Amino acid sequence: MNIDAALEYLVAALLLLGGFFALVGSFGLFKLDSFEKRLHGPTKASTLGVGGLLIASMLFHLFWTDAFSLRELLITLFLFITAPVSALMMMRAHLAGRADRPQPPQD
Amino acid sequence: MIDTVIEIVMGMLLLAMLLAGFRLLRGPAVEDRVLALDTFYINTIALLMLLGMWLRSDIYFEAVLVIAMLGFVGTLALSRYVMRRDIIE
Repeated sequence: MNIDAALEYLVAALLLLGGFFALVGSFGLFKLDSFEKRLHGPTKASTLGVGGLLIASMLFHLFWTDAFSLRELLITLFLFITAPVSALMMMRAHLAGRADRPQPPQD
Repeated sequence: MIDTVIEIVMGMLLLAMLLAGFRLLRGPAVEDRVLALDTFYINTIALLMLLGMWLRSDIYFEAVLVIAMLGFVGTLALSRYVMRRDIIE
């Protein structure tokens, strides 16, 4: 097996892994039955899936076109930073709207 | 081979966007719809990257960066509106 075929299999494996994780995240969003469970799917799996796809895209542009850049790493880093923050804000919005939300302990 | 794999992964992402769109229409609460929109823009980022690979083009990076930043700000603004009924105090 020469090096080109090995690189092609590596990029294909990263692409399929990324697509699989994105699909599993959205399926969790579709299938699970409460908001606390639904928040787990997209925020973790989609970030991992998109991270895999972006790394595959970087390798692809490095080896098959001459348009290599590190901008995919920038997008990956941005998503890795922003996904927990948006998940935290959505959970806070959910807790603020709940009638039986947990109260701070009283003296 | 790589073009076939890209097309298969595009199909998987379209299915993922369909599932997120179903949750967006169904709800039941507002924060479910915010979460569905968040998933939707992340899948859009992945689909645009795949389109750039499929067309052997690199002009989609800028669009992806703009979508990533505006999607994050939009999720924060919508969550804050649901939380406080007010975005800027």
